[in-house]
Amino acid sequence: MIARAEPGRLPSSRLLGAKNTGLLGIGLGVLAFWLTLPPLTTRTVLWPLIFGLLAVAAGIWSTRRGGGRAGWSAVASGLLGITFGVLATRSSTAHLEEIVVWSALIASTLRYATPLTFAAIGGMFSERSGVVNIGLEGMMLMGSFFGVWGADKTNSWALGVLIAVVAGIALAFVHAVFTIHLRADQIVIGTAVNFLALGLTGYLFVSSYGAEGAPTAIPEIPDVSLGFLTDVYFVGPVFANLNLMIWLSFALLLLSYVVMFRTTIGLRIRAVGEHPRAADTVGISVYRTRYAAVMTSGALAALGGAYLSLGFVHTFDQNITGGRGFIALAALIFGKWRPFGAFAAALLFGFSSALGDRLPDYFAEGSAVPQLFNVLPYLLTIIAVAGVIGRSIPPRAIGRPYTKQ
Amino acid sequence: MTEAPTPAEPEGTIPSPAARLALYQRAGGFVTPLITTIFAFFIGGLVVLVVTGKNPISTYKAIFNGTGLNWLFPWISHDDRITAAFNLQATLLLTTTLILTGLAVAFAFRCGLFNIGGQGQYAIGSIVAVWVGSSFSGLAGIPHILLAIVLGSLAGAALAGIAGFLKATVGAHEVITTIMLNWILFWSAGYIFGLEGPLQDKTQASVPVSSNIAPDTHLHVFWGNPVLQGLHVGFFIALGALVAYWLLLNRTTLGYEVKAVGFNPEAARYAGIGVGRSIFLAMAISGLFAGLAGAVDVLGWQFHVGVDDIQGSSVGFIGIAVALLGRNSAPGIFFSALLFGALVNGTSTRNLDPEIFKPELAQNLTLMIQGLVLLFVGTDVLVLYLWRGRQRLMFWRKTEPPT
Repeated sequence: MIARAEPGRLPSSRLLGAKNTGLLGIGLGVLAFWLTLPPLTTRTVLWPLIFGLLAVAAGIWSTRRGGGRAGWSAVASGLLGITFGVLATRSSTAHLEEIVVWSALIASTLRYATPLTFAAIGGMFSERSGVVNIGLEGMMLMGSFFGVWGADKTNSWALGVLIAVVAGIALAFVHAVFTIHLRADQIVIGTAVNFLALGLTGYLFVSSYGAEGAPTAIPEIPDVSLGFLTDVYFVGPVFANLNLMIWLSFALLLLSYVVMFRTTIGLRIRAVGEHPRAADTVGISVYRTRYAAVMTSGALAALGGAYLSLGFVHTFDQNITGGRGFIALAALIFGKWRPFGAFAAALLFGFSSALGDRLPDYFAEGSAVPQLFNVLPYLLTIIAVAGVIGRSIPPRAIGRPYTKQ
Repeated sequence: MTEAPTPAEPEGTIPSPAARLALYQRAGGFVTPLITTIFAFFIGGLVVLVVTGKNPISTYKAIFNGTGLNWLFPWISHDDRITAAFNLQATLLLTTTLILTGLAVAFAFRCGLFNIGGQGQYAIGSIVAVWVGSSFSGLAGIPHILLAIVLGSLAGAALAGIAGFLKATVGAHEVITTIMLNWILFWSAGYIFGLEGPLQDKTQASVPVSSNIAPDTHLHVFWGNPVLQGLHVGFFIALGALVAYWLLLNRTTLGYEVKAVGFNPEAARYAGIGVGRSIFLAMAISGLFAGLAGAVDVLGWQFHVGVDDIQGSSVGFIGIAVALLGRNSAPGIFFSALLFGALVNGTSTRNLDPEIFKPELAQNLTLMIQGLVLLFVGTDVLVLYLWRGRQRLMFWRKTEPPT
């Protein structure tokens, strides 16, 4: 770097820019907490305090120089790092090691994140084509129920997943007809679709399985066992025994990125979502593209739902999805309508669920306090859509019905 | 069908939900909601027939008898009348709640906002009401009741206000934030009334319910037996809320501003209306109605709240269908609350004979009917088509063309 700066002014190096300092501060805040956790498990409050204060300092330095959100986030990260770090040094090492088993936590994060990833990528197809899909929740629910039902009737998990996908597409078709051809309000129809799915799956569940509840001996989606990884430090416990659908979600991630941003199909979808009239003028059928996109989203959301029931919890209960469709929607917005962004957000939500799952070990048996940890992913979703890290810009024609001329 | 309803609008402007609704409100009086309802019930009946093979007419008849509405028929026997009166009280209790949760959706809708968080706002209202009702033992009767109602409503307003504030300041979509707040309340209730929770009844340590509220805070029951959940004065509170809703929207500046923002936020901003303020207030007032619903239910007939009461409740969600079917108008909300109150009560485990139709099935049928109602109400093209059809009909009836 050649110093061409005038005397008395710092060279505006990109490495030392306000925003990067802010990001560094965020990292320092996380580090302040991390040091107190296994495997390092620092027992003195000194280290989290030092790194937390460094983070705060970096944050203040950054905001003074126009670092904006990154700077403020660094201050917040530093303060949180100190708080949690000090709290962690106060609790017993045995407790910490019981809860913070990183490899188990990461594997669990992936399990929680996968249904969200499928649904969020499904939502990306629909929303990129200009159709808001609040109905993701209902489409996931259809996948969850029909996956179990199909696997039970056909005695094959693969056919179960297939039936789940068909059910998801069917519900997405209803959404598509009402929002595209009948030009109804997309939010109201999405809500209607959710009610329909909740009622229909609940009805069929009660009428097919009645009081005895879901069948327990259903064929499950198998885990992929990678024997050669088992003994590798850290990687083994995380990746050696993941469910097939988790690997599928990784593949889908790559595929959806290529389709959306590197092929004509993706270009068409995005054109229809940004400027439908222009797309129509050059001969792209707006209606057909939107139908295809919405039905793809139904299929993918149903895959997520099928993983939830057949690959993760291995049963079905009424309203098993519990708002996951909406969290996926938030992940999509948080990830700026991009596959990897949505995946990162899904991992964040998955991590909060995984943590919420493990923290109860901290408390006595039968205590109601752990119930509060279930709140974590929902709270995080609110913070995410409130746009802590930058605002996301939606596709321009989103939510607008298109009228052919 | 090919011509646009208004002269070609510039591209990019689409009718806001409230503007769509205004169109819907103009189109065809009470006829279209009636057709919507009949159509939804018809499809619900088809589902009954296809999936379970039961006779939908006898199923609906059994549900109707569970609602107690046959009390209005002069020809039923004395014994039937006693049962019917009992059932009708239960139906009207539900109607009371649904009027308020319906208003919670309707008021926000008038501002172009979709408040799906009625469930959480209802929950926080009942949590606060049960807390006030079971503590503050120094207060007597009426002031104690008022305190519980006011604080319960304000809690609902505060919760919805969070979503309104986030919408107004950073543009976070209210549908997502309110749904998330619902789930937060759902799990918080598990803690609050769960074992070792702050409001759990310490005298029965293993049951996840709150203590009972003080007997002097019970609302007066004016029809039926107070021990068997007769109809309490909260019914009139709900009717009063309907009047207040109408007055607020049509006779105050705030109502005017809220509606203006709902029609066209840009135009409202240009006219000098504080759009963010209107959005926040519209959400907060919506939450006020839902919180009131929670408080009235606790003081009127629940008297204590358990984890299951909060986690198993769906009155906030039914409020969405109530408001949209009632076209967000005060009389409309009354009748659609009565319809859904009757439907929910008629399909309850207590009232529906399991020999004829399983109540668990019927409850899911209610959900489907809600979904269908929303589907058809949300589709203004269908409504417009019906409306145009009616106009054509009127054109034929009169010899001269309408001006």
